[in-house]
Amino acid sequence: MSESAKPHPPSSQAKGEKSHAGEFGYVGIDAILEQMRRKAMKQGFELNIMVVGQSGLGKSTLMNTLFKSKVSRKSAQPNPEERIPKTIEIKSISHDIEEKGVRMKLTVIDTPGFGDHINNENCWQPIMKFINDQYEAYLQEEININRKKRIPDSRVHCCIYFIPPTGHCLRPLDVEFMRRLSKVVNIVPVIAKADTLTLEERDFFKQKIREELRANEIDVYPQKEFDEDAEDRMINDKIREMIPFAVVGSDQEYQVNGKRILGRKTKWGTIEVENIAHCEFAYLRDLLIRTHMQNIKDITSSIHFETYRVRRLNESNGLPHHHLEV
Amino acid sequence: MTANIRYKSRIPVKTEDSTEEKQYVGFATLPNQVHRKSVKKGFDFTLMVAGESGMGKSTLVNSLFLTDLYKDRKLLNAEERINQTVEIIKHTVDIEEKGVKLKLTIVDTPGFGDAVNNNECWKPITDYIDQQFEQYFRDESGLNRKNIQDNRVHCCLYFIPPFGHGLRPVDVEFMKALHEKVNIIPLIAKADCLTPNEIKKLKDRIREEIDKFGIKVYQFPECDSDEDEEFKQLDKELKECTPFAVIGSNTVVEARGQRVRGRLYPWGIVEVENQSHCDFVKLRNMLIRSHMHDLKDVTCDVHYENYRAQCIQEMTSKLAQDNRMESPIPILPLSTPDVETEKLIKMKDEEVWRIIFRRPQNQTQEE
Repeated sequence: MSESAKPHPPSSQAKGEKSHAGEFGYVGIDAILEQMRRKAMKQGFELNIMVVGQSGLGKSTLMNTLFKSKVSRKSAQPNPEERIPKTIEIKSISHDIEEKGVRMKLTVIDTPGFGDHINNENCWQPIMKFINDQYEAYLQEEININRKKRIPDSRVHCCIYFIPPTGHCLRPLDVEFMRRLSKVVNIVPVIAKADTLTLEERDFFKQKIREELRANEIDVYPQKEFDEDAEDRMINDKIREMIPFAVVGSDQEYQVNGKRILGRKTKWGTIEVENIAHCEFAYLRDLLIRTHMQNIKDITSSIHFETYRVRRLNESNGLPHHHLEV
Repeated sequence: MTANIRYKSRIPVKTEDSTEEKQYVGFATLPNQVHRKSVKKGFDFTLMVAGESGMGKSTLVNSLFLTDLYKDRKLLNAEERINQTVEIIKHTVDIEEKGVKLKLTIVDTPGFGDAVNNNECWKPITDYIDQQFEQYFRDESGLNRKNIQDNRVHCCLYFIPPFGHGLRPVDVEFMKALHEKVNIIPLIAKADCLTPNEIKKLKDRIREEIDKFGIKVYQFPECDSDEDEEFKQLDKELKECTPFAVIGSNTVVEARGQRVRGRLYPWGIVEVENQSHCDFVKLRNMLIRSHMHDLKDVTCDVHYENYRAQCIQEMTSKLAQDNRMESPIPILPLSTPDVETEKLIKMKDEEVWRIIFRRPQNQTQEE
């Protein structure tokens, strides 16, 4: 009995002849991506977005525009009253939406009453409490003896902060709020109702805002320190040069050049929401939904939540047989 | 104060309207975003092989992953093996294919079943598996969770010799000791010494005995009702084929004008990747191409959670004894609890909370 050759381990790079059962030299480990995708599609995704800003800045309209359906609080109530609540309320609305087989449970968290009063001191406190409460709820679920297979994620992934289009600079309220909240949640600042600013005013305003954010050491999304590699840094640097996005929202359609588009019609022209020459809504949408959604969720769970968890464990003097590992 | 009001409404978004691109929001790219991140990070998988010496475990592993993990191995002869105990040896190899990186760890168990007296020879193995669970539990409960290394054993291939008439006592005892700690996939080793009829009889016999002894081997998950027919058919064939009868080979031979992996005999050539010769292809496809992720999930969601629940119970009962509490905390059943057990679970959770956070559960934290 003779063997035809010495032991010859085929390398995994060899893509030679096809044997009748498959490629010669192909293990097939890349199929795990397909397995993961199948599972993810079955399970669906969750996204929790919070919108913060004074009344009348177009928060609800923007949410509706982003998700192309009536997802905001105002749309869910039959006869919304336009009153300013005495204290800041936190209202969550959940929707199950689906696109091309991908299911998502979208929760929009509204904060009516923020910044609307005469004395707005500490108006960020209910919001911070809400965010921390969600972290707490998740932490509790994690510690249970009999844990759920998939812990429902109610943590706020992203907080869109609406800056009124004054054209000058950030207000003290904006600075106070963002400074505090950028430590616990991903903040995406946007210039609301940007159709009141000309392009030059817009650029000037953005520059001022960026300077002030830097001066106050406010780290908005995408945070520089969480860039994973050079490729990420390149992409994110481009984004960082554009924030805050100047957005215009609308849920009304008009006919422009034979196409139906979302926009605002005025006597002097029609502002097209999705036209990047008019406003930066498309960039915001791409950032939030099409490219960085998963990254936003990852930063929430692996950084903000972990920070919260470490703080909680340290407050209660941690577990006896653990020590802080750097 | 604040009010948390949750409205739940189902608002369908018009999808699949190819003429109306404007309705496309774009979050259908989410799976791709996740995909991209995973490709960057890479995957890991820990596979344990167990069985007596000479069952072809190393050859099979090399055939499955197209590597040569055992280059410098020294095989011991009989005298040297008399006083040998079961060891646990890990080999790690990084494989990359089409841009996807896999860190594969093979846990070998030389010495298993080789001694004259094999009483409890599986103990080092169960200890090893428990150690990995414990390590992960510690890491998960610790303060720095950024880079947790997952060394838990995701799957154990158990090699049953083809020479006997079914499961031997050591096979039964081994599998019963491990079936609640790891996903067991039993294999019939060296299947080229059996004719097709003999293989069928042996498989039926083994399946019967697995049922009879209540051994919980890894079960393939059920197909969704919306999967296509071809997938369902493949799935059915897979299930009816267990335990897989495998043949491994490190050598390449010439058969029918092609170069294939196989074993050359005077009476013919056994081709490893020929589905009519053995189930190697089914095993490889199942293990790597279709069920790798599910194996990891079952390890995390079932085996690890069982270990964790047990661990916490032991911790709390030990503390109860130390503090001389009046009522001993009973062991909770892990199936769906009834009202009484629900109460006990709540009590236990509060215990755990108190241990970890050193204060009662419903005392809220000030901002």
